[in-house]
Order: sequence, then structure tokens, then C-alpha cells
Amino acid sequence: MISYIGFFLILLALLNATLLVLSKPIFSRITPSYQNLIFSTSKIQFPIIFLSFLCLIFAFLSDDFSIRYISSNSNSSLPYFYKISATWAGHEGSLLLWCLILSFWMFLASIYSKSLDSEFRIKFLSIMGILNIGFLMFLIFTSNPFEQNISVPIDGKDLNPLLQDFGLIVHPPMLYMGYVGLSVVFSFAITCCLQGDFKPEWAKWIRPWALISWSFLTLGIALGSWWAYYELGWGGWWFWDPVENASFMPWLITTALIHSLIICEQKSIFKNWTILLSIIAFSLSLLGTFLVRSGILISVHSFANDPARGLYILLFLTLVIGGSLIIYIKNTPKIKDNNNFALFSKESFFLINNILLVTAAFTILLGTIYPLVLDLIGLEKISVGIPYYNIVFLPLMIPLVLLAGYIPILFLSNNQSARNNIKYFLVSFIIILLLTLFSLIFLDSYNLNVIIGIFIFLWISVNLLYDLLQKYMKTKKIKVLMSNIGMTLAHIGLAVFVLGATVVENNKIEKELVMNIGEKVQVSDYTFFFSNMNEEIGPNYKSLKAEFKIYKDGELISKLYPEKRLYLSNKMPMTEAGIEPGLTKDLYIVLGNLIDNDKWSVRIYHKPLIRLIWIGALMMVLGGISSVISKKKQLRNSIE
Amino acid sequence: MKKRTLRIYYISFILISLSILFFFFIQTFNDNLLFYRSPSQISQNEFPENYIFRVGGVVVDGSLVKSKESTDVKFEVTDYNKNIVIKYKGILPDLFREGQGVVVRGKLMKNGIFFAEEVLAKHDETYMPPEISDSLKINDKSLQKTTKSMNIRK
Repeated sequence: MISYIGFFLILLALLNATLLVLSKPIFSRITPSYQNLIFSTSKIQFPIIFLSFLCLIFAFLSDDFSIRYISSNSNSSLPYFYKISATWAGHEGSLLLWCLILSFWMFLASIYSKSLDSEFRIKFLSIMGILNIGFLMFLIFTSNPFEQNISVPIDGKDLNPLLQDFGLIVHPPMLYMGYVGLSVVFSFAITCCLQGDFKPEWAKWIRPWALISWSFLTLGIALGSWWAYYELGWGGWWFWDPVENASFMPWLITTALIHSLIICEQKSIFKNWTILLSIIAFSLSLLGTFLVRSGILISVHSFANDPARGLYILLFLTLVIGGSLIIYIKNTPKIKDNNNFALFSKESFFLINNILLVTAAFTILLGTIYPLVLDLIGLEKISVGIPYYNIVFLPLMIPLVLLAGYIPILFLSNNQSARNNIKYFLVSFIIILLLTLFSLIFLDSYNLNVIIGIFIFLWISVNLLYDLLQKYMKTKKIKVLMSNIGMTLAHIGLAVFVLGATVVENNKIEKELVMNIGEKVQVSDYTFFFSNMNEEIGPNYKSLKAEFKIYKDGELISKLYPEKRLYLSNKMPMTEAGIEPGLTKDLYIVLGNLIDNDKWSVRIYHKPLIRLIWIGALMMVLGGISSVISKKKQLRNSIE
Repeated sequence: MKKRTLRIYYISFILISLSILFFFFIQTFNDNLLFYRSPSQISQNEFPENYIFRVGGVVVDGSLVKSKESTDVKFEVTDYNKNIVIKYKGILPDLFREGQGVVVRGKLMKNGIFFAEEVLAKHDETYMPPEISDSLKINDKSLQKTTKSMNIRK
């Protein structure tokens, strides 16, 4: 019953979106109130899909195994919070979540776009409506989450144990908020193309949307990385896996976009470039969905795949990218860019920022797509090794992060003379270099990479904090502090991330050992004592739980319990790592295989500063959000 | 006029450095490509020494030999045409078992044994790496054999 209601609501949403798109070409001839139709349909889309989503959640909670999606992704013994999160654990449900979020962004766009002129607003919302139709049709024709089972099974196949985890509850919704948020920016850019202009006030209007999407994207990627770290049991935080790349490419382009929008707004240049970036950013997030969901990639994200889906997304992708590029090429000559700017100006440094970010994104695109293309035309099956990404990507990032620590000061603050700038540059460079060398005392070991990492961290954070302080001292106004805090926080977040990533990658200790119960081993400053092994029964699994006592200087500092689980419903084995998290280091133990009686292979990791990776990402997110909030406040104040 | 020449220098500097970068990227890219071979292809081809590539197939029933002292393991992988012996030192993934599809990365030694640096078995019971199912499809007869043997196991 509930499945019919849910499916009916999806159909209703499709009808509603169609009405939205068709109301301009059809009803505008009949009645002038067609505008209200557009505004109300764009708002009502969200409640309709939300109800449908609630139906699916309800069906999961009530173990309705007559629905195929539920019988293959849930089980009556599954704890209730995983039943809720299982709603978006598989393909069909996550696509419904995608549609839900798309309608939510359209809802917001409809509410907050009153300040735009109505012709612009109508085109803008219609384009969002077209995207809605595209995804709803995809949902209905290839991946209906409410599809019935031919015969109702007694119990479900259960959710994949890897996905029975807190990380999975939050990672997909956050990532999708980012991916789909870019649809607003995309629709807006296309509307600008159609209008043949990109006014500074439009750039001002769209920038918070790009910032919020970027923040969600950052959060989603960070959560995914954190989940992979503790759940997959390899102790790594980034694998250059094609699925990770799929989310990282739109992130890089969006980062470029939020920077170029600043120039667009302030100087009214880079207009065409910014529009192009918006199109690329959303196209890459669609491409990401295509790669992840079509099943051409091997990963945790694609358990069950269907070629028909891949074909549909590919078709949709071609239409969206092709269509938008045609609109772009046709209309771009109308948009006049005044591309006159000095060599050493804010504009040219932002251009460098953009070039580096876009180049980085395309090197990753090459590594991700090339093997697929080669496979598709049947030439060769290859994969791209991780060293490629490290060798190519990192050198591109070094000038970028160095710029991040200096450019904001150079141009956003009071216009100092060139000589003062050079003086400041040299003084800060020397001070920070000394600080870097001083900080090496605190490290057990270091190499050139670590030194570069620490230097970058100090370079960005010291410069930006000094700048913030200086601005505040000059005006003594909290307002000045508030309007800069977002940017400062986000860039320092980047610095913290760089510090964490370089230190953990260069100073980590990874040991693979064979240990008997009762054996001790020394790793770094810590003694690990394999004290015990117990059998335990969980809610839907049984497990072998090891106990490790960890000593430092003879004192017990922690006990860790790495596990080997066997999930009962589908007989799937799973490894749960034992992790002692800490700001300065993580201690990480994974059980390997049983070698002999009471003899296990074990991995023991010591990961210094790894938490800074996610703390840094979190700071970027907070920076993005607080900069949107302070912009909003500024806007309100200026109106008053 | 001076401004214009400056700009030309600036742009040509960017273009030249970009093309050097691009050349460097492609070079690195080529050096880091990992090729995939099936056991049958390995028996037909010669490989340079220390050449790293990937092999995939189904782990042969009863072929897994584990050491009682260390993490050394030895097993055979088949594409239902040819088998290859694989040696590995390290922790096997949770879903590694006989009859399951795996992909390994490593190098072929002179004695015809493949020395693996990494073993991948994916996180799904029914999962078969596309590379493997493709190389199985090449051989129609062997495909029928496969399905038969799978049915027996079930």
C-alpha cells in the first residue's frame, strides 16, 4: 500500500515539474498569472518528494519486504537507525534522495530569488525544473525504489555490513547537498547566458549558493575520507580511487568558481570564464554520479549495477553538457568582458589560482576517464597507479597554497606601496622560515616534505591572522572582523589540512606482524600487548574481539578492541579496527587472518596528526558557512 | 606599447610553462599505467623483468596454502583456461576465499610464479570483477563450464 502512495507521489512530482517547465511556453499566452504558477510549482515540488521519501523510510521501518529495494537492502534484525539510513544506502534510494535534495534547492532558490527580475527568475526556475524532470524520469524508468517483488521474501538480504555505520548515515546526504547545490549555480549561469549578460549584482547573488554547495561538498568528501579511514581497515585517508576522484573534481572546480565570482562581482570581468566554470562544475558532479552509479567503476559504491542506468545517465549527461555548451557558445559573444587588468593585480593572481585548480582537476579527470575510454573501445584494460596523482597533483598545489597565504593580504587590505609589500614579504618569509625550523624540535623525524608542509601551514596561518589583527586594530570594528573571518578560517583550515596530510604521510609507522595471544610488541614509543581474545554476539552479527593493552613508559594508557565480525544474515565477514584517536596521533590496530591456533596476523599503525586532516576540512566548511552568514548580515545592514 | 610587450611576455611565459607541465604530466601518466592480463594472456606473452601489472581470475578450489608461521600464502588463480600460481606476503582481504574472483597486482618471476604486492577482493559476495567476467566471456565453452561449477557449489 505504502509503496503505491510513494510511487504516486513521485509521479505527481514529475507532473508538477512538467507543469513548471511548460507554464511559460503554454500558459503565458492565456493568462498573465502564469508567473504565479511557476513560483508555486517550484515551491511545492519539495513537499511532494519529501512525503514520498517519508513513505520509503516508513516502509523500511515497518520491514515491508514486498518492496524489492527494501528486501535487498534491509533485514528485520537490522537496528532501526540503520533501517533509516538504508533508505539512501542503495542506488534507488540514493537517487530518490538526490531528487529530494534537488527539489529542496529549487524550493530555496524560489524563495530567495524575489530580488531578481521576474523574467530572469522564470527562466532560472524553469531550468531547475528541467533538471528535476530529468532526474525524476531516471528514477521512474530505471530505478524505482518502490518496485514490488514478484514473490515476497520472508526476510531481507540485509544491508551490506560495510554500510552499517554512522559515516554512511551522514556522508551521502552531505555530499549530495553539495553536488546538487551546484545545480542552482548551473541553472543560474545558463540563465545568464540566455539573458546575454552577467551583471555584478548577479554574481553577488549567486556567490553564497556556490559557497554553501562548496561547504557541503567539502563536508561530504571529508566524511567519506573519515569513513574510509576507520571502516575499510587500511588506515589510509585518501586512495585516489576513481570514486573519490569523482567527488574531488567538482570540488576543485567549485573552489575555482568561488574565487572567480569575487572578481566577477568586484571588477565585472571573468564573466564568460565564470559561467563556463559553473557549467563544468555541475557537469563534473553529474559525471561523478554517472561513474559511481553506472557500475563501470569497481568500488564500495556500486554493489548492484544495471547497464540501462548507465546508458540513461550517459544520455542525460550528454544532453545537459552538450545543451549547456551550445547555449554558452551561442550567447557568450553577447557578454562583454572588460579584460584589461595589470600584470601584478588581484585579477591576475586569481587567474593563476583558477588555472592551477582547473589544471589539477583535468589531470585527475585524465587519470579517471582514460582507463574507462580505453576499456570501452576494447583496446586494453588498465588502471592508473597512485604515484601518478601524487607526482602530478602535489606540485600544482604548492604554488596554490603559497598564494593562499599571501594574496589575501596583498590585495584585500589597505593598498600599500610596492616597496612596503616587498619589505613585508621578505620579513614574513624569514620569520616563518625560522619558526618552521624551530618547530622541527617537536618532531621525532622529518624530511624535506615535512619541512615544506610545516612552512606552508605557518605561512598561511601566520600571514592571515596577522592581517586579520591588523585590520581590526585599524578600525576597531567587530564588523571588519566578521566580514573577514570566513575567508581567514577557510584558508587556515587548508593550512591545517596540509600540515596533517604531510606529517602523517611522511612520519606514519605501519607494521604488519604475526602475534600470539600474550605477546608484546614495540611500535614507536608504545608497547602493544595482545592480551585476550573473546567471542561476542552483537545485534545482527557474532564477533571475535581481541583485546590489546597499550603501554607508554610502562604505564597503561589505553585498551583497544579490534574485531572480526561475521554478519549472520548474509554470512559476510567484516573487520573492525581498534582506534585510539588523539589530536597528536592515532593508534590503529586491525586484526588480519588467523594463522594458527591463537596466532594472528595484525596491522599496527601509528598515525601522527592524522586528525588535522578532518579538522582542517571542518574549518573550511565553517569558514564557507560563516562567510555566507556575514555576507547576508552585510546585505541586511546596507538595506537598512 | 610597453604594456603590450609585457603582456605578450607574460602570456608566452604561461604557455611555455604549461606545455612543459603538460609534457611532464603525460610522461608520468605513461609511467604509472598498470595493465591487466588474464592467466591465459600471461602464458602467451613475455614480460620484461620487474614489470608490474595486474592479474585477475577465480581462486581455484583447494589451491590455497597458508604458512603456519608467517603471513605467506600461495594460491592459484584461473580463467578456466589457464592457471597461474600466486605468492603473497601479507594480510588477505576479508572476502578472499576459494571460488571467489580476485585481482592481484605484482610481477611475474622467472619461474612462472606471480609475486603479488596487493590482493583485492571486493566487498560483495556475488561480486565478480568486470575484468574477470570479460576474460571469461571470451571463451564460450569455459563460460558454460563456469556456470556449471557455480551451480554445483550452490
